[in-house]
Amino acid sequence: MEINKPSKAGTMESNDIYVMLMPNPKGGIEISLHSIVMKQFGEEIERVILDTLKGFKVENIIVNAQDKGALNYTIKARIETAIKRAQ
Amino acid sequence: MMKNILGREIPGYIEGYGIVTQFEGTFKRGGIKVKKEVKVNSVTPSDEKVLGSIEEVLDKVCLMDGMTISFHHHLRNGDRVLNFVVDAIARRGIKDITLAASSLFPNNIPLIKHIRNGVITKIVTNYMSGPVAQEISRGILKSPVIMHTHGGRARAIESGDLHIDVAFIASPTADTYGNINGLYGKSACGALGYAVSDAMCADRVVAITDNLVPYPTCPIEISQIYVDYILKVDSIGDPAGIVSGTTKITKDPVGLKIAKMASDVMVSSGLVKNEMSFQTGAGGISLAVAAELRKYMKENGIVGSFASGGITGYLVDMFKEGLFRSLFDVQCFDLEAIESYVNSHKHQRMSASMYGNPDNKGAVVNNLDIVILGATEIDTDFNVNVTTGSDGAIMGGSGGHSDTAAGAKLTIIVTQLTKARLPIIKDSVTTVTTPGESIDVIVTERGIAVNPKRIDIINKLKDTNLPIMTIQELKAIAEKMTGKPKDIKFSNEIVAVIEYRDGSVIDVVRRPL
Amino acid sequence: MPGNTPAMLQDAGILGADSIILDLEDAVSLTEKDSARILVREAIKNVDYSNVEVVVRINPFTTEFSQRDIDIIARVKPDTLMVPKATEEELKAINKILTEIEVQEGFDTGSIKLIPIVETAYGVENVYNIIKSCDRIVGVLLGGEDLTSDLGIKRTKEGEEVFYARNRVAIACKAMKVDSIDTPFTDTNDFEGLSKDTFKARSLGFTGKAAINPRQIDTIHSVYAPTKEEIKYAKRVLEAMEEAEKEGKGVFSLDGKMVDAPVINRAKNTIELAKLLVLV
Repeated sequence: MEINKPSKAGTMESNDIYVMLMPNPKGGIEISLHSIVMKQFGEEIERVILDTLKGFKVENIIVNAQDKGALNYTIKARIETAIKRAQ
Repeated sequence: MMKNILGREIPGYIEGYGIVTQFEGTFKRGGIKVKKEVKVNSVTPSDEKVLGSIEEVLDKVCLMDGMTISFHHHLRNGDRVLNFVVDAIARRGIKDITLAASSLFPNNIPLIKHIRNGVITKIVTNYMSGPVAQEISRGILKSPVIMHTHGGRARAIESGDLHIDVAFIASPTADTYGNINGLYGKSACGALGYAVSDAMCADRVVAITDNLVPYPTCPIEISQIYVDYILKVDSIGDPAGIVSGTTKITKDPVGLKIAKMASDVMVSSGLVKNEMSFQTGAGGISLAVAAELRKYMKENGIVGSFASGGITGYLVDMFKEGLFRSLFDVQCFDLEAIESYVNSHKHQRMSASMYGNPDNKGAVVNNLDIVILGATEIDTDFNVNVTTGSDGAIMGGSGGHSDTAAGAKLTIIVTQLTKARLPIIKDSVTTVTTPGESIDVIVTERGIAVNPKRIDIINKLKDTNLPIMTIQELKAIAEKMTGKPKDIKFSNEIVAVIEYRDGSVIDVVRRPL
Repeated sequence: MPGNTPAMLQDAGILGADSIILDLEDAVSLTEKDSARILVREAIKNVDYSNVEVVVRINPFTTEFSQRDIDIIARVKPDTLMVPKATEEELKAINKILTEIEVQEGFDTGSIKLIPIVETAYGVENVYNIIKSCDRIVGVLLGGEDLTSDLGIKRTKEGEEVFYARNRVAIACKAMKVDSIDTPFTDTNDFEGLSKDTFKARSLGFTGKAAINPRQIDTIHSVYAPTKEEIKYAKRVLEAMEEAEKEGKGVFSLDGKMVDAPVINRAKNTIELAKLLVLV
């Protein structure tokens, strides 16, 4: 899938993650993540984002994410929503 | 590296602290204790105690490099006295001061520059939050900060382990000969429990007040016989920062569920009966537990002997309803508590020593039946952390946590199982504040774990409908929801020494990377 | 629980309710319908809701959102879909769609249930037919706010204006042997009012009540809770019944009174309710 336009999903509320997607003219996947649990779960959150992108065969994208302690299924849901909104 | 009995790595000697007495257990260091000798500058009828300026005060007490000064925290985040005095000391070019403040708050942010400039080189405290705590966690102090419990600080002062050269006592009311109380004045804060040991044991004691009244004032909380000098200032504190209006019960349904479960545990334990004693914190869930207890006590006509702690309006309401015969107050958290302390003689002050010093002839915590406490982290040995957050930085401290947990017949921790994706239960806490042997029951919204050593409680709870499970099971539920967090990495640099209430070292905090 | 709020979806299962309604309709803004749908789908797949009935309130069948809701949500097997303002025709259409999905996904046919919301004048008058329209229907929720709005009248705490609607729905549900769920009490700070309102519903035969705030759950349960005496008596009735059966007796008496079928039924219901509320 291609990201055709910028899109966003999620909120800045507790246990949620706010994600902004943009097409990446340089190609490839770039993830910029800020999280309130960066040290403890930063790697895990990035992994979930990457897995979700892979699941939708997205290969070129810039992801900007602000996490407020979202569980994995919430991260997956928000990324999927944003991908669909970017069509 | 030595490991103490809780498995924590603590060296035998710590630079900036000294030789370490390892923690051996909650009541292992009792016996005959000797109180320190106190130096007193006698005062004659012709001596004038009221001074004109902070400079004159510092001259008269001969404030010098290397001295230890102390402050209480009854004015909390509205306190102006600590910053005022330390600023004046800095202006004189004095260095290498040890600051023994019973707690430090966000408004003590000016201390950061004084630490960087070498004015303050050591800190001893029971609780700290905000920028000062964060900077200390980053290692800006040359020596590790020493963290006490409320009872342990009183012990250290009275035994001489913590020698105070000058105690500066913020006094809502002081008369011209140094009698102090916290009841009246524009900065009234209620009971002055944390200032008493300082007043009785420091070499020099200075009352700093914005309400200087003619002699004699009434009542006398701290007597003139302990006070060397008095200084009047415009304002010792900002009332908005001193007390909130009233502290409120949580409305969060998860918090309310936890409170109901905790109440069921208390009732099933058999300790909720006439003459019971009770203490709870000032937080939303802790007050919700008090609300459940209140309902039960009223429905069953139970009258308790006392409620204790930092006193909030909620406990005052229970007292006024006749549910407790008396209140023991170490600090007033809100205006209703202050008003009750002023008006009711059965609402009595307890000094920090009377509250929790293990080395006197019996502190109030020894008489406690039930205490409700919080936690930042709990491990599978039931050790509790209220000192550092999960990022490894200091954001609290025992306060009365270890004291009450040690003394109470039933210690209940109330907490959500996860907070913003972080499981509260871990294999090993970042810092041990209170040892697992003092902790009896953990109540979370998804399950209750009982310390395996408390077979009596396990038996009492097994026939209820409560979701009792092992602490490992509770941990597994949390991790299934959140995933397993990565461990924070630490350097070797020790930034805080956690002293248990008996003066032994129970844990250290290393600088997080 | 609003379907787009992760913090609430997480805790929904442990607040003490018997069923939780994950809402894709009124609690979700129009621009977030897609977001909520995906979040609720993921929540059902991942969150432990094992001790509650999971109900998803989809958007009205007349909206552009409804079919997507059904398609996405049904495939993760919620217990029940709740359908606002449903008519007989709509419910039949939804039934067909669900059957197709169940076949495709390998679920037992009919495993996904339906609860229509009766919240219009039409709905109240036709409730019996609505319930009859398909086998998946396990209950009816009465929506008092939308109903009074449809009628152009005021909604009050005392509820006189919905008395007929309540009566009709409770009786129709009983006739068709499905659950009846009373409309929520909207003042979340008035627990005495909630108790009175729930008692009214119970005394008209409603088998349950909707809560719009978790703090209402305890009050609702306590209104429905059988008393200790009622439970004791019910136990004695059932024990006496067992004794009588052992002795081959068809009829029996307790405390000098004949115990017949209605008494036995009431006793069984009492024990079942007591078990549900964890009183036994």
